[in-house]
Amino acid sequence: MDRETALAIVISCLKDALEQFGAPAENITEETPIVGPSAVLDSISAVSLIVDVEQRLEMDHNIYVTLASEKAMSQKSSPFRTAGVLADHICDSIKEGQAA
Amino acid sequence: MSEQKVMLITGTRKGIGRYLAETYSRRGYLVEGCSRGEAGWETENYTHHQVDVSDERQVKSMIASVARRHGRIDVVLNNAAVASMNHVLLTPAKASNRMLEVNVTGTMLVCRDASRVMMRRRYGRIVNFTTIVAPIALAGEAVYAASKSAVVTFTRILAYELGQWGITCNSFGATPIMTDMIRGVPQDKIDAVVNNLAIKRLGNYEDCINVCDFFISPASDNITGQVIYLGGVT
Repeated sequence: MDRETALAIVISCLKDALEQFGAPAENITEETPIVGPSAVLDSISAVSLIVDVEQRLEMDHNIYVTLASEKAMSQKSSPFRTAGVLADHICDSIKEGQAA
Repeated sequence: MSEQKVMLITGTRKGIGRYLAETYSRRGYLVEGCSRGEAGWETENYTHHQVDVSDERQVKSMIASVARRHGRIDVVLNNAAVASMNHVLLTPAKASNRMLEVNVTGTMLVCRDASRVMMRRRYGRIVNFTTIVAPIALAGEAVYAASKSAVVTFTRILAYELGQWGITCNSFGATPIMTDMIRGVPQDKIDAVVNNLAIKRLGNYEDCINVCDFFISPASDNITGQVIYLGGVT
């Protein structure tokens, strides 16, 4: 999967999550913070977003990947910190899954 | 998406799991069941998966298949379990690990992946099976009871984690039921357990259906994080 597609999925899911969270869903970019002090979502909505992204990958692209892997969760810098970083993480996780 | 409600039951090859699968498929649920081997039986509205519930990949694949075919999961009954009734001094690590893998990790994996499907419709009912041998602290079943205590604690916390998506999570602990799981237990030991119950009889399959019916009823949307034991055990 190319990064552009991954980012489009993240942004679409992030917009849905923000709408459900009751927050404005405009002006989402790859710099939008998902976790951390300036995050646009609370922690539960962030969990829901990650599940939603995984399900979108499964249903629309037949790609099965675990984004919250042990490796991801132990990284010093969160792979969920912004929409763009999450898109990179999706591409990396898919590559790792294919290599395994 | 299927019009019929979809129920996932683990451990359906025999015993309670098979009875639950046959009963609910007869009542009109689309029942998806699993066990490590073939079911060895079939009925209308029932689909069997050969899955070891402690295997993450196999659980994921089964639930993805259910979601693809039906688009929904309404109910999960986590019945699959292994028991090894042994004095702790004679319990090998391998047997202990296997009980924890199937009874605890297996329950967690099925709950995790099924609830992801339930979240889409903001509705779900999860019933995790425990046992009275945990609260009565039955000698000879230390690891099995510990694994089932873990299931109760897991379910209580799961109820809090999933409540916002309309998913209820409860535990059900049966008294001894004459299935293969307890067939090797000496009769005097079973009698001693039964004689200490408020209702002095073995459990039966209908008891299980009765409690499951209550937990999975749409009307039970405010019943979560609870555990019901048969026979007066608390």
